[in-house]
Amino acid sequence: INHIVHNGGLYKRPFNEAFEETPMLVAVLTYVGYGVLTLFGYLRDFMRQWKIEKCQNATEREEQKDFVPLYQDFENFYNRNLYMRIRDSWNRPICSVPGAKVDMMERVSHDYNWTFTYTGRVIKDIINMGSYNYLGFAQNTGACQEAAAKVLSQYGAGVCSARQEMGNLDKHEELEKLVARFLGVESAMAYGMGFATNSMNIPALVGKGCLILSDELNHASLVLGARLSGATIRIFKHNNMQSLEKLLKDAIVHGQPRTRRPWKKILILVEGIYSMEGSIVRLPEVIALKKKYKSYLYLDEAHSIGALGPSGRGVVEYFGLNPEDVDVMMGTFTKSFGAAGGYIGGKKELIDYLRTYSHSAAYATSMSPPVVEQIITSVKCIMGEDGTTVGEARVQQLAENTRYFRRRLKEMGFIIYGNEDSPVVPLMLYMPAKIGAFGREMLKRNIGVVVVGFPATPIIESRARFCLSAAHTKEMLDTALKEINEVGDLLQLKYSRRRLVPLLDRPFDETTYEETED
Amino acid sequence: YQAPAYHLILEGILILWIIRLLFSKTYKLQERSDLTLKEKEELIEEWQPEPLVPPVPKDHPALNYNIVSGPPTHIITVNGRECINFASFNFLGLLNNEKVKSAAQASLKKYGVGTCGPRGFYGTFDVHLELEERLAKFMRTEEAIIYSYGFATIASAIPAYSKRGDIVFVDEAACFAIQKGLQASRSNIKLFKHNDMADLERLLKEQETEDQKNPRKARVTRRFIVVEGLYMNTGDICPLPELIKLKYKYKVRIFLEESLSFGVLGEHGRGITEHFGINIDDIDLISANMENSLASIGGFCCGRSFIIDHQRLSGQGYCFSASLPPLLAAAAIEALNIMEDNPDIFQTLRAKCERIHKALQGISGLKVVGESFSPALHLQLEESCGSRENDVKLLKRVVDYCMNSGIALTQACYLEKEEKCLPPPSIRVVITVEQTEQELDKAASLLKEAAQSVLN
Repeated sequence: INHIVHNGGLYKRPFNEAFEETPMLVAVLTYVGYGVLTLFGYLRDFMRQWKIEKCQNATEREEQKDFVPLYQDFENFYNRNLYMRIRDSWNRPICSVPGAKVDMMERVSHDYNWTFTYTGRVIKDIINMGSYNYLGFAQNTGACQEAAAKVLSQYGAGVCSARQEMGNLDKHEELEKLVARFLGVESAMAYGMGFATNSMNIPALVGKGCLILSDELNHASLVLGARLSGATIRIFKHNNMQSLEKLLKDAIVHGQPRTRRPWKKILILVEGIYSMEGSIVRLPEVIALKKKYKSYLYLDEAHSIGALGPSGRGVVEYFGLNPEDVDVMMGTFTKSFGAAGGYIGGKKELIDYLRTYSHSAAYATSMSPPVVEQIITSVKCIMGEDGTTVGEARVQQLAENTRYFRRRLKEMGFIIYGNEDSPVVPLMLYMPAKIGAFGREMLKRNIGVVVVGFPATPIIESRARFCLSAAHTKEMLDTALKEINEVGDLLQLKYSRRRLVPLLDRPFDETTYEETED
Repeated sequence: YQAPAYHLILEGILILWIIRLLFSKTYKLQERSDLTLKEKEELIEEWQPEPLVPPVPKDHPALNYNIVSGPPTHIITVNGRECINFASFNFLGLLNNEKVKSAAQASLKKYGVGTCGPRGFYGTFDVHLELEERLAKFMRTEEAIIYSYGFATIASAIPAYSKRGDIVFVDEAACFAIQKGLQASRSNIKLFKHNDMADLERLLKEQETEDQKNPRKARVTRRFIVVEGLYMNTGDICPLPELIKLKYKYKVRIFLEESLSFGVLGEHGRGITEHFGINIDDIDLISANMENSLASIGGFCCGRSFIIDHQRLSGQGYCFSASLPPLLAAAAIEALNIMEDNPDIFQTLRAKCERIHKALQGISGLKVVGESFSPALHLQLEESCGSRENDVKLLKRVVDYCMNSGIALTQACYLEKEEKCLPPPSIRVVITVEQTEQELDKAASLLKEAAQSVLN
């Protein structure tokens, strides 16, 4: 693939993605921080073992003390000594609809996060920058909620049977036809859980003797599905098309390892938006590669459906490509549609095969009817078929919010990863102490953020992740930005030296994408 | 001191050898066939992959689903015809219960439909915490954890504890979700014959002799037994008291899957531990799905905090997936309330099961598989007609006969190539508290008629 020649043809709009390099001093200090924490961890473990300090962990039953221990001590070292200290940043219980503003139940800990007690107070109107509510459909009023209430009173909450047995309701058929029309594919099939959609359908599509090429930073569900299938898995560097091409060439030329038989099929697993990096897949190049080397493409649009594209149809529309080029289009209804579940769309033969051989169709209960109705109403709203322009307005509001928020954060001097158009905004924190501090300081100022550390990210690259929503008004964003600025100054988080590099390690010199330089 | 001559000669030879090795070409272990660029391009041109999916014949039995219009309750409209529902696992009839629906409505008005996030990131609602507390209190354990999908419950729980190198003894008739959990865990799986404690003991003894050969490894290899309370594939229960004895004798932990027995067995519906009167702390982990008796969606695991708390960080279906929609959690809480307030429905259900079990005996050509108090039975062909395909077709004709006369039944669906021990084809008969005695008798006589006309 010759980027320079094809660049004009493949990419119809500029692709601005940047991952600024970690400053050297920050990296050193982060390692020092982890070193200090590890030393203290060993000290505390020592004290607990010799009973100087009370051990607050739950312990095994007396009658089973001579059984083989269920957990190895070392496995839980990170859990006991690092995670426990900042455990209050996660699992925060809320008690209202997860919209732009949310109410949280206050909880305190008197023994350094080993146990929590609820004070009974409710912290009201926290600006929610953590829920995956891209188009603002998490509402408890409005057309979607009313339709779901009607279906709930008519159909009930559960289904009590598998799809192939007695669980296929007329609502499910309606949903699948609608989703197929929305995506622009021949036919679609819906499942009750997004995670299970991946882990149960990839084994149905590929098996032993097939090859899976999976991106480095793929989600746990894709990794589990690939493992359960029994196929050979090879990993290419994140969003790196040269790495992918090299793997494809090697695979076809050399065949299966040791026996040298040709591969039965090759499946490329990529995601639309990677939620920890905020990067968007280079879909035009992936499709060009897939066509050249005759492999199949599985696109997981969990975060990008509804969030990208001028009419919310996902990453395929964002790049202006043909949905028929993607062999398997998978996505979830949890993020942009305010419901739960997943879907797979593609050609009719593919969906017929999945209806017959998917693990979920034969053994798992089908989707709950009010949830199905919520998806139907929200998809119709996005497509504009409910007679209003609410859907279109929301998609545009999200795009505007994304651009505004990212621009302001970059101007303030934070290191922000990812593509300029992605509504997932990771802000780098690096040091372990700042993870807890950032979460707590933002909560004091009534803003709820999500912080992530090891093992979801590499050990020194912990980050705070903001998920923008069409329900966020400009005032809310301005308030949030003001507070982030304050906390950033307080915790010294403004690491950026404005030296942006398009990719983490690029092997070629030609710059084909716009690079903003100071 | 002068070194002997042979020392000097030997050292000289060694030095010359080292110099030779330093300057010789490196020796590659694997011969890399160096193909030219043209040959590589030819190979790439020639390679033809298989189609992504093989075509499915149009008359495949699993391709055309029954379409249910309206709610799948006691009277169900299947493919346009009204029938009495003998196919949905709605054991306690809570699918259409008004109190459950109004609790779900209230929750819908307060929270909307979805939770928009996993449990770790603002996806934990107070209803989830309440449901977990209620389930733990009901089952009399320390803690419970909720999953948003019934299949994913046991399939995420097993790999959280059992890793590569550990040993799991599992019954042959275990359901597909357990099989997937075991596959994901990469442990050594040892199958024992269905409900055969002698076979299990033999395997445990073999393992013991292996351990004595290598005691260091045995000290870190965890062992588990995975059984179901009421087996979905065969309709019978596991002999739990003997399993407990084996547990303490061979130091193995027990994981119990109670999807069908929760809300069915036991005086108050607490499952097989109450049925046998066993102390619940003897079982390490109980996993069940809320999609049968509780008529909601999702699943839960309960047990001691020491065990359950581990899943909050390592259960894949818990950490990496969105949480259960609050309206379904509220429906489950209300269903639990109803179960606690009306403990006599369990006895009523068991009486109905006994009744129909007796009525279905003696049908020529079909045999009843399952315990007399099991609400989910199988009807298998007494004599197979040679191939599985033909058996399935024959049973389909029986099912169609019954559906045309107003009783909705279904065949038990399996993925034939994926199951470890594929059960024989069968018709699934499900008994619920809502079915009246006349309906039960009608179903039994209709099945007799159908068997007569189709199989003879």
